[in-house]
Formats: sequence, structure tokens, C-alpha cells
Amino acid sequence: MSKASEQPRQRTASASGSASARSPARRQFVFDSARLLCGVGILGLGLAGYQRNALARPPLAIRPPGAGAEEDFLGACIRCGMCVRDCPYHILQLARPESPVASGTPHFTARSGPCEMCEDIPCVKACPTGALDHSLTDINQSRMGLAILSDQETCLNFLGLRCDVCYRVCPVIDKAITLELRPNTRTGRHTMFIPTVHSEHCTGCGKCENACVTEEASIKVLPAPLVRGSLGEHYRLGWEEKKKAGGHSLVEERGIVDLPDRMPEGMKLEGHFDPGSERLPPGIPGSGDAQVVPSLPPGLGGAAPTGGGGATTAVRGAGAKSLPLEAGR
Amino acid sequence: MNSRRAGAEAVAEKGWLAAHRWLLARRFCQLAILALFLLGPLAGIWIVKGNLAYSLTLDTLPLTDPYVLLQSLLAGHRPERLGLIGAAIVLIFYLLVGGRVYCSWVCPLNAVTDLAGWLRDRLGIRGSAHVARSTRYWILAMTLLLAALSGSIAWELVNPVSMLQRGLIFGLGAAWMLALAVFVFDLFVMSRGWCGHLCPVGAFYSLPGKWSPLRVTAAKRAACNDCMDCFEVCPEPQVIRPALKGAGKGIGPVILAANCTNCGRCIDVCSKDVFAFGLRFNNHPDDGVQPAAPSPTAAP
Repeated sequence: MSKASEQPRQRTASASGSASARSPARRQFVFDSARLLCGVGILGLGLAGYQRNALARPPLAIRPPGAGAEEDFLGACIRCGMCVRDCPYHILQLARPESPVASGTPHFTARSGPCEMCEDIPCVKACPTGALDHSLTDINQSRMGLAILSDQETCLNFLGLRCDVCYRVCPVIDKAITLELRPNTRTGRHTMFIPTVHSEHCTGCGKCENACVTEEASIKVLPAPLVRGSLGEHYRLGWEEKKKAGGHSLVEERGIVDLPDRMPEGMKLEGHFDPGSERLPPGIPGSGDAQVVPSLPPGLGGAAPTGGGGATTAVRGAGAKSLPLEAGR
Repeated sequence: MNSRRAGAEAVAEKGWLAAHRWLLARRFCQLAILALFLLGPLAGIWIVKGNLAYSLTLDTLPLTDPYVLLQSLLAGHRPERLGLIGAAIVLIFYLLVGGRVYCSWVCPLNAVTDLAGWLRDRLGIRGSAHVARSTRYWILAMTLLLAALSGSIAWELVNPVSMLQRGLIFGLGAAWMLALAVFVFDLFVMSRGWCGHLCPVGAFYSLPGKWSPLRVTAAKRAACNDCMDCFEVCPEPQVIRPALKGAGKGIGPVILAANCTNCGRCIDVCSKDVFAFGLRFNNHPDDGVQPAAPSPTAAP
């Protein structure tokens, strides 16, 4: 905004320097122009601030399929409502002036009416500006939002029941939502079927949130940027890197020193992978050196071979049952 | 209060209907356009879909508001083909009939500001905040610049014109409050404030009107009896003087100013039938100088 008002103001300033002394009418004109520019400039600044606020869309207002990022969408959508008209399920509405959503822009609320995922995507076809991207032809590729199981405490499946409703209504069933099996530690004998959202397949249609049986939906669809995390550029997934390197671990080549694992005394760690060396160093459980069982790493006072062997036998007995199970996972 | 109301003479001479001919035609046109848009959502008869920003008539004719599309372009977005075609059609139409025909024959807010202007006159409210009529062009520039800088159609967040029309078709919400604000502003703060001084939509549409052939012409300006009724009813009175009073300065009788809205109110209220719709090309300085000159628009 400042750029706009500065340039003409400079022009008027130079004009006043040469002519103001001569003609009062000219001076009045310059004064009026400056007043007008300031007024319009302030109006523009206010509008610019308001526009910044409008970018903060309320999280439960989901854009129709094909809508880009909110900044781009607000520059592209001319608020004509053609998508609203062509939606066969009448789920879309244009934001009214009092709504926190940018005035006149289309949105839907998943809880009250989710996107029905029409195969021909009529809302996108109706858009005259491409604010809804016309290159979207497969509705399964749309990314309206992203589902998140936001409350484990109230999700019936997390309570050990077989609700599964979100999973069953999902149009991309078994891809966008899967049921992951987990032992039910409360009963000790049952399995929990945990609804798990996979972001690479979730379209954000909102059917899961709409169908969730709890009073307040335990699974919700939100704008993807609110849900999605980011691992960070510098992260390398060891197993992926190993695959890329032809099954050759990058870590081994560098000969990284493996620090001894702290275990209860006398513990044997079956299947323990030690990338540092083929043979375990002496003093580490499983190295074959049965007499040396340190409770602390050497050098920190735990390496004394004749020390605490007798005192820790009780601990060993308790831990030996569960820990190998853990290690096996 | 005025002891003598503008147009009273015309009503006495021509009859009420003839003295309100264009006003009635305009209101009918505004309501008909609104009715066409409402026929779909209310009665399920889909002749026109959308709103004034973009509409599709009979599933074939696209019409786009070139102003909002320009903002979208400046925001860095390329519209689809139908959107561009629609804007071209609308631009060509207003290039022919006069840009601000949008204001007086189409815009739903016009009825609101006209009512405010009428009431202001009836209540005899004098005094008005002074702002240059060119302010609207600065606001227009500001909205375009803001679209370019922010990458977002910022003006549409507050535009009372589109909000009212959209509200009437898609659900009013609080849009009536904006219309009321404009009404109160025009009534108490500034005479013809919104449409005549501030509205960037009208400012934009006035631009193609610079070249439009269809104009109001003071063809029989020699018959003018200086009753000033036309100046009083005109929403943009500054456009009348050069044409009506310019005979001595060698100025033709056609109102060429782009901000004439072609509303035809001056034609209605003139008891001497000085004004008529005509073409901008019939604009010889000698036109209408001779009182007895035969004119094709002469009423019986």
C-alpha cells in the first residue's frame, strides 16, 4: 500500500514547490489531492489488514475439491456461487458477511454435510476461474482437508469396541483409513482395532467426521496444514537409505561405535543388532563373557566384575520374562 | 422541505406515468434481473445460475464481472476460458450501452441509494460532507493495487454491491446491514455519497462508458426554461451542464461524460422534453440551438 501512496505524493510535493506560491487555487488542489490520497491510503491499509485476517479460515470450514492453498484460493475465487449451485447434494454454501470465512467464498462443514465425492466433480466443472482446479479429474486425488482421529479418549474403537464406522464410510477404505490391530491391555485377551488415517490417501471429504457416532466427533477433518507435520529436510530414514544403497547400510561403513545398552544385570538381549561390530565387546551381555555383567557402562563405576552380581539376581528374574518380548518387536 | 418538487411540472404537463417512464423501466429491469437469478433457488427454474460476479444463462451464455476478474488477474490467477469470454461479452455490452448503465439498470444497491437520495430531498436534509467525485477512481486504483500486492481479491471482502446481490440470491445474512450503512451514509452524511463519490465498481464501469455510442442528449436544449429539475434529480449533475448550456461555447448537446449513468431521470422530469436517448455521433454544436428545429425525438 505504501508504494502506491508514496509515488503520487512525491509528484504533488514537487508540483507544490513550483506553483503554490503563485496560485492559491493550485495550492488548494494540492492540499485536496494530498487529503484524498491519505484518506484512500488509510482505507487501503485497513482493508489490507482485514484481508490478512481473512486468511485465517476457521478450521471446520472445508473448501470444495480442487481448491488450492487459502492464499491462492482467495485470489482466484470471484464468489459467483456456481459450485454451490452445481453441487447435487447441496452441501456447499457461500460465506455470509458475518461469517469468519472470507465473505462470499464457498465451503462446507463435514459434520453436517460431507462431500459425497461425485465422480464427475460438477462443482469443479462449474468454476469459471479455476479457483477449483480443472485439472482435478479423479475425485480420489482431491485434498479438501485431512482427517485426524483427534480424541482417542472418546473413540469407541480405542475403548475396545468394534464401532469401525469411520473406517466403513470412508470412500477410500483400507487406504485412507485402515484398522491397525493392537492388544487390549485392559482386558488382556482382546484386540483393539485402531482407526488410522493415512495422509497420502485421505481426500478430506469429511464422511468419517460426519458418521462418527460420538456426541462430538472423535475423528475430524481439518485443513491439511493444521494437521500435517513435517519431518524436516535433514532427516534420513535408515531403512530407506539402505534400500537406496542396494541393501548396504550407510551406518556400518562409517564404523560407528556402539555404546553398551543399559540392561538389568545378567540380561540377555536376543536378536540385538549391534551395528558397530560383528562381535560384541567384552563386558556386554551376550558377548559370551558370562562373569562380567555390568549394571553400568565401564568407567562409570559399574564395571567391577566381582561387585553386584549377587545383589541383583532378583531383578534379573523379573525382567528376563518380559524384555526379550519387547526386543523381538 | 422544498415547496416545489422536482418533476412536478413534468407530471402536470405529461402525466405521472410519462414523467416516470424511465424510472419505472429501470426499476423493472433491476427487479427482473434479480427475479431471474432468484427463479432458480426459489422455484427451481434455472434460467440464470450464479450471481453478478459470474453467471451462466440457459447453460450457454457466460457473463463475468470484468472488475472482479481483473482483480483476480492482478492477484496472479489465470481464469478459465468461460470466465474470460463472459468478461469480454460484458465489456462489449457496456461499451455499447454506456458503462454506468450497470449502476442505474442492474446494480441492486442503486435502489437503496436512490431511495436515500429521494428521502434526503423530501426531508430537506441540507449539508453534505465534501469529497471529490474523483475519489472513486483512487479507491478503484487502491483495490486493484491491493489485489496485486496481497494476491487476494481484498475488495470483495467488503464490497457492499456484490454482498447485497449475493445475499439476496444465496442468503442475506448480515448483508442488509451493509446496505443500511450505505443508505444512512447517503441520507445523512453525504449526498449521493456512495454511488456518486466512492464506489469503485461504478468507477470501473464508467471506463468503457467513455466510448459508448448510446447517450442522453439535450437535443432540444433551446427549449430549456432553466427550471433546474434535471440537475436536482440527476445522480451525477456535473455531467449535464456542458451539454445543456454549452451551445454558446460550441459544445454539442450530447452528454459525453462517462459518469452519466443513462438512467433517463432527466428525460422524465423535463416538462419541455429537452432530453432524449440518442447516439453520441449526432453531436453538432449547432444541434438544438434553434428552438424551432425539427427533431426526430419530438413527442407528439
